[in-house]
Amino acid sequence: MYDVAIIGAGVVGSAIARELSKYQASICVIEREEDVCSGTSKANSAIIHAGFDAACGSLKARLNVRGNAMMDQLAKDLDIPFQRNGSLVVCTKEQDPAGLETLLEKGKKNGVPDLRIIERGELLSMEPNISDDAVCALYAPTGGIVCPFHMTMAFAENAYTNGVSFFLNTCVESIAKTADGYALRTVHTDTKEAETFEAKIVVNAAGVYADTFNNMVSSHKLHITARKGEYCLLDKDAGTHVSHTIFQLPSKMGKGVLVTPTVHGNLLVGPTAVDVEDKESLNTTQDGLDSLTATASRSVKNVPMRQVITSFAGLRAHEDSDDFVIGEAADARGFINAAGIESPGLSSAPAIGEMVAEIVTQLLPLTEKSDFVSTRKGILRPETLSMEERNRLIREQPAYGNIICRCEMITEGEIIDAIRRPLGARSLDGVKRRTRAGMGRCQAGFCSPRTMEILEREASMSIYDITKNGVGGAIVIGTNKEI
Amino acid sequence: MKNYDLVIVGGGPAGLAAAVSARDAGIESILIIERDKELGGILNQCIHNGFGLHTFQEELTGPEYASRFIAQVAERGIAYKLNTMVMDISSDKRVTAMNREDGMFEIQAKAVILAMGCRERSRGALNIPGFRPAGIFSAGTAQRLVNMEGYMPGREVVILGSGDIGLIMARRMTLEGAKVKVVAELMPYSGGLKRNIVQCLDDFGIPLKLSHTVVDIEGKKRVEAVTIAEVGPDRKPIPGTEERYTCDTLLLSCGLIPENELSKSAGVTLNPVTSGPVVGDNLETNVEGIFACGNVLHVHDLVDYVSQEAAAAGRNAAQYIKNGAKTDARTVEILPVDGVRYTVPKFIRPQEMDDKLTVRFRVGGVYRNCSIATYFDDELIARRKRPVMAPGEMEQVVLDKKKLGDYPNLNKITIRIEEA
Repeated sequence: MYDVAIIGAGVVGSAIARELSKYQASICVIEREEDVCSGTSKANSAIIHAGFDAACGSLKARLNVRGNAMMDQLAKDLDIPFQRNGSLVVCTKEQDPAGLETLLEKGKKNGVPDLRIIERGELLSMEPNISDDAVCALYAPTGGIVCPFHMTMAFAENAYTNGVSFFLNTCVESIAKTADGYALRTVHTDTKEAETFEAKIVVNAAGVYADTFNNMVSSHKLHITARKGEYCLLDKDAGTHVSHTIFQLPSKMGKGVLVTPTVHGNLLVGPTAVDVEDKESLNTTQDGLDSLTATASRSVKNVPMRQVITSFAGLRAHEDSDDFVIGEAADARGFINAAGIESPGLSSAPAIGEMVAEIVTQLLPLTEKSDFVSTRKGILRPETLSMEERNRLIREQPAYGNIICRCEMITEGEIIDAIRRPLGARSLDGVKRRTRAGMGRCQAGFCSPRTMEILEREASMSIYDITKNGVGGAIVIGTNKEI
Repeated sequence: MKNYDLVIVGGGPAGLAAAVSARDAGIESILIIERDKELGGILNQCIHNGFGLHTFQEELTGPEYASRFIAQVAERGIAYKLNTMVMDISSDKRVTAMNREDGMFEIQAKAVILAMGCRERSRGALNIPGFRPAGIFSAGTAQRLVNMEGYMPGREVVILGSGDIGLIMARRMTLEGAKVKVVAELMPYSGGLKRNIVQCLDDFGIPLKLSHTVVDIEGKKRVEAVTIAEVGPDRKPIPGTEERYTCDTLLLSCGLIPENELSKSAGVTLNPVTSGPVVGDNLETNVEGIFACGNVLHVHDLVDYVSQEAAAAGRNAAQYIKNGAKTDARTVEILPVDGVRYTVPKFIRPQEMDDKLTVRFRVGGVYRNCSIATYFDDELIARRKRPVMAPGEMEQVVLDKKKLGDYPNLNKITIRIEEA
């Protein structure tokens, strides 16, 4: 019997797990995919929003502003790549600048610090590639960019270090009320073995599927629509095309798309917004990708779309109420939702973690640990070292002298770290999200056979069990002439 | 810091041939830096034959061709470092490299030859819509898995792009037991050699669909189906022409990109058409003492031409190390027009060039019964009829130094394709 079972190891589930790991409690996280950060958390704008966009008084507004404020300390404690690059909402000459005033007022009410409207001259000096049609912009210096993979993994690894159990490849099939909590019947996605987890409290952080789980135990039905967002990621050569996160003032043409540098130095353009029926439809579409080019040009000129190195789609969990749904289900004691976490979900995740932990501790008297480990070290990046330090490292661990991913210059040492660390990588995508090996301009053409060798050795995996992203995604299927 | 007269970045066919010729031209202090565990570069995974007809007048496999040059390097006792990645090249020819044994180290070179080769265009760069499951490989990655490691990447295969590696892999996958269902090519012509289309597709009954592209990839974890469609003259898919192929694998052979990240850090100017450095007749880049050859300079069709070009780069680098920079300020630009996409070199120094200089280029479309015409300013100098020219095959023009001597006031050389 666990004190708390959390469904979903995305950024929200992981942030909640980390907050709860501060207490003496038995906690588990149950995740359907083979790795943490495998759903909405892995495919989004990678933005820490300032918080001016959400409706005043909404959970989105409050938790976004709080989450944003928490990021500096979290980034330091948990070694999360994070940068306050500032964001700009651009108003073009066809648009009514009053829209910016509205955003400004909303932002002030939401408690966003240092917001101001800037005119074209200042805008141009901040962003030389801004559209010729841009007349003014709302400037939010607290806006930031983050690595969503590392943010999620940092929470999860730290939670793990503090005693939280993670069950990956474990799909919750049903939830039943028991005398003192809930029984979660699961099936392993690979072995198909059934297992039942019992917990006093269940936290539902299941992303686009959070409605399904809520509706198993509550008559207050939720309805979540998967809203697809397609993105293009551009080469690092294009990474300095803008330095701030450039939003577009929403208009009758839609919300527009953002153009932003990523914390790793690429340029990101997106997302589209299309509601989809299938909650697994992570496919990109020709129309979607084509539209990005046209829409991006409204705010930023000459975006070098020829330098796209990959495109991807993510699904936002849009709940009908249009706000986050956080709290105990009214008719299901001990069942706590963290549902409808769409944008600004990544930004809000740290604050959602706090909020849910508070709700849990009200339901279940828990004692704080005296030995909570509050910090976590990320994967060492040799490129941040001086040549002397680097050579000392290579003498001690020669694997740091061996480059595996030539585009991102990732060493074997980093990949070994990614595999050996808590909740380590077991797939090519797992290695990629942790180290960036395979995330560069050749998109793993060069390094994937080499990374497979390292996984085979370090994780004692059969080559046939090495997948791109989990069960069913094997890279090779047999030996020559034996298929 | 170590010092070498010549550092060659890359130990593939270009780097090897450059090293041999530089040594034969009298340069003792040479270091080849290779990132892989053996010399030979991509040839090591090209186990099919057809290499070396021009160089050795016999048909060799890739590893055999490489071994001839590796033997020449060994005979000459030329130094090389394996498993070593060049991290940076500065404009003053300081090379920073790294490996497990030596850590990160710097070498000051008098001259550098860039011979890093090229990489394959990825699915991401092609912006093919659809899911992102396992089972999508560049043809070269699949080639490595099959030929070097003995693993099959899939059973039922669709190939996009008819570049040579894709054609070769269509045959290889078939021979190893897979079913190759179709090769789709965006352009109305193949990007590969004619002989490869005959030997790798026609001989195995694999259909080649020109003017077709992939418009959808299905499969959440592993590829389950690929849809291709015909494209119009604007290269956009024509609605209603979609054909769906169930398969577990999509191989991509959609072009090669010279790998010039290091060149850029050294300040080398690139030609946007080739994505390789802009070089003059001596294959020197705009950065004095930095030369380029092989697929890092422009993507070649035959390795024999790589070896020839690299040998010239080796000689020229040796010349530079011994005698310093070229002194002839007068350069004549070569203009590629009317179907000629680019030329390597891009300009010549008429007084200091080799007696016979091979200018290589590719054409931008399929030309039947046309001629390659060379003009010195407006005067037609040479005209050579070619029954067929196609983008997949390199063409060449040989410039004669003596002849150029007759044109002391020449402003430009124009190479164009003309009706026969």
